[in-house]
Amino acid sequence: MIARNPGPETGTTAGGRAQGFARLLPPLPLFVIQPLLTRIVTNVAGRHPELFARLGDSCKKRFLIDPSNMPFFLMLQPDPDIPRLRAYNRGSSIEHDVFISGTFGTLLQMIDSQIDSDALFFNRDLTITGDAEAVVALRNALDDMDTTLADDVAASFGPLRGPVRLLIDMANRFSGNKQ
Amino acid sequence: MNKAKLNIGPNLFNWQPEKWRDFYFEVADVAPIDKVFLGEVICSKRAPLFYGEFDKVVERLEKAGKQIVFSTLAEVTSNVDRRLMEKQANDKNFFIEANDIAALFFLKNKKHAIGSYVNCYNEDALEFFAKNGATNICLNPEMPKSGIEALNKIAKQLDVELEVQIFGRIGLALSARCYHARAHDRVKDTCKFICDIDEDGMDLTTLEGQRFLTINGIQTMSYTYLNLVNEISELQEIGINNFRLSPHSSGTIKASKVFRSLLDGEIDKEGASAMLDEQDLGAPYSNGFYHGIAGYEWRV
Amino acid sequence: MTDIFKPELVCPAGTPAALRTAVDAGADAIYCGFQGPTNARNFPGLNFTVAEMDKATSYARDHGAKVLAAINSFPTAGRTNIWKEAINDAVSIGVDAIIIADIGMADYLSKNHPDQRMHLSVQAGASSAEAINFYCSRFDIKRVVLPRILTVAEIKKVHDEIPCEIEAFIFGNIGMMAEGRCSLTNYVTGKSTNMDGVCSPANFVHYEEDIDNNLTTRLGEFAIDCIACGQNAGYPTICKGRYNADHRGAYYAFEEPISLNLTHLLPDLIKAGVSALKIEGRQRSKSYIRSVVSSFRNAIDGYARGETPDISDLLALTEGHKQTEGAFKSKIWR
Repeated sequence: MIARNPGPETGTTAGGRAQGFARLLPPLPLFVIQPLLTRIVTNVAGRHPELFARLGDSCKKRFLIDPSNMPFFLMLQPDPDIPRLRAYNRGSSIEHDVFISGTFGTLLQMIDSQIDSDALFFNRDLTITGDAEAVVALRNALDDMDTTLADDVAASFGPLRGPVRLLIDMANRFSGNKQ
Repeated sequence: MNKAKLNIGPNLFNWQPEKWRDFYFEVADVAPIDKVFLGEVICSKRAPLFYGEFDKVVERLEKAGKQIVFSTLAEVTSNVDRRLMEKQANDKNFFIEANDIAALFFLKNKKHAIGSYVNCYNEDALEFFAKNGATNICLNPEMPKSGIEALNKIAKQLDVELEVQIFGRIGLALSARCYHARAHDRVKDTCKFICDIDEDGMDLTTLEGQRFLTINGIQTMSYTYLNLVNEISELQEIGINNFRLSPHSSGTIKASKVFRSLLDGEIDKEGASAMLDEQDLGAPYSNGFYHGIAGYEWRV
Repeated sequence: MTDIFKPELVCPAGTPAALRTAVDAGADAIYCGFQGPTNARNFPGLNFTVAEMDKATSYARDHGAKVLAAINSFPTAGRTNIWKEAINDAVSIGVDAIIIADIGMADYLSKNHPDQRMHLSVQAGASSAEAINFYCSRFDIKRVVLPRILTVAEIKKVHDEIPCEIEAFIFGNIGMMAEGRCSLTNYVTGKSTNMDGVCSPANFVHYEEDIDNNLTTRLGEFAIDCIACGQNAGYPTICKGRYNADHRGAYYAFEEPISLNLTHLLPDLIKAGVSALKIEGRQRSKSYIRSVVSSFRNAIDGYARGETPDISDLLALTEGHKQTEGAFKSKIWR
């Protein structure tokens, strides 16, 4: 795996890399990934009940996540009673309170606690519109987790945890992110 | 109830010495004002500009029966600031209003006033200042009604008179950097007193054309003019008896007459409000802080 | 080894995880606050419950680090009990010091818990030897956190004239206004920096990106800046905004989005007598804490060994990707 890591190249943005990575994927049939997403969000919520205390009222908010180089949107509702993570086809109009947009690579780095989200924002790699209070609460709640969200995503796959974590690392490398 | 006092706070702007002198002459001659606060609060570099006229102004104000209070600098960073603060706070001729904690270092065992630039937000702070010799405290204009009310209860017990600003632009922030100098591509040390071109400060407009803030040297002020004409009777009910007008290049004397008439019951607040609305200050009024909402807002 | 004094590295933490990160990255002390209005970083999702502070303090102690509790906003009359409870909780937990800004709370702490170590917060705005000496004479202040408005030469003078230690900021966000004396946020939002512990509260911040990727930042009713596509952004604070004056077009009237970085002044600060070096950023992520704390750990240890370490990789973490030595280097900044 490491041998195929393209390695850092100056002047290439994370976005450009991630688009390359995206091309390796077939178009995503949403009905296939939806159960995975549900499993991920339920698992994370179950492992980290303290997340919701930090979120406060923002747990009722709808976070629309836009991996800008992917064919889909993700809608996160971190409600402690029924946490939801849903995929939607790009182009459909989706009601939301917060819109977070960045390349898949950028978002992956962020949930893997590899990079400071303020720095991404200063650099305009991350675009945020809508309810800024909810974004700040979500960021701070996720940042207080001892494991990273990416670890938890991997853990959601039970026995497949190892291979999935490897995939995430691969994706991180393919999208030009520093490890 | 004590007769309400109407006071003129320190002039915050850099006026020409003649303008500065004539303003206080007019205050002495025609303004129904009880206390006048003199002294440079904003910039130690400006202070010497007024020395030539200072004694004449003091004499005229005293002759007119005005009580004079000497206000100190609000921020001390450089050696010049430190020397000026020492000189101001040690002045033997006047009652001193401290605008920075540094002044309290020199005011040991001496009764004094605490100005609005020193943070006094709660009962414990007020009690500390009172025991340290403060007899008058001018509150920060961002204090809402509930806070003023709670503070006045303890102030009464400790024999401290509270004062509230009711008119004029609001000082919102102080900085080490001079923004007047910056606006003219200079720095504080090489400013050549460029702030003297703006008698009521330099307005800042947002990129969308909305008037927003006003620059006065190292100070950032509200663009709006504070006006508590509608709240003054409520303040009196709370027990506030000292009301401060912050001076501007025009309209201050007239405002003092309107507020005096209002305090004396000669006119009602609608009448007073209409009279204050007549004069064009070039900026709208605000009263938001008092109501616990955004300071720039005007609530009727 | 040279005989250069090695100052304490004081690092921020907005969450228990950030505190552990800072300890693990080599912080000598961590400052943090309780949830609610009692500290100057009252942000959604940030800060510690009493139980979390207790646990975090044990973690720090077990790893040889100190915890400094920031109770450094100004209680409004009628609700001082919230601040007093916070002080009492911090004392019960056994934090190493409490950082206080309000003179009334300093009085309360010194009277009720005379043995508790007290630091004077940057929010107290004590910028001169006279002001600091006044505080020290009235309360047993062990350390003052200096406002970010003095030059190193001025810091040296202050040091020579005061009886307590000095803590100075070396990295992070740099507010343009004198600390503890800014009502700009309250003027625009009705929430006070001093009384509520907020600066540009997130629920009043709105970002609008147009079709050309120009980003307008709005605080309440007012447009603070409009950043063209490709330009770097900063925090949505009034003092980092762009405005017009009548005599000139749009400019950063106070300061551009920029962060403080005193890496190159570290030896001078240490020589000036600074006992503790402080990193700003309780609102930042663990990733920021990890990078900045370990960089400065290496730098301080390097200087102590007489080396000149290079800290060039911190630029990406700065606001607007720009850094300044601010007021510290010379009076020209003013």
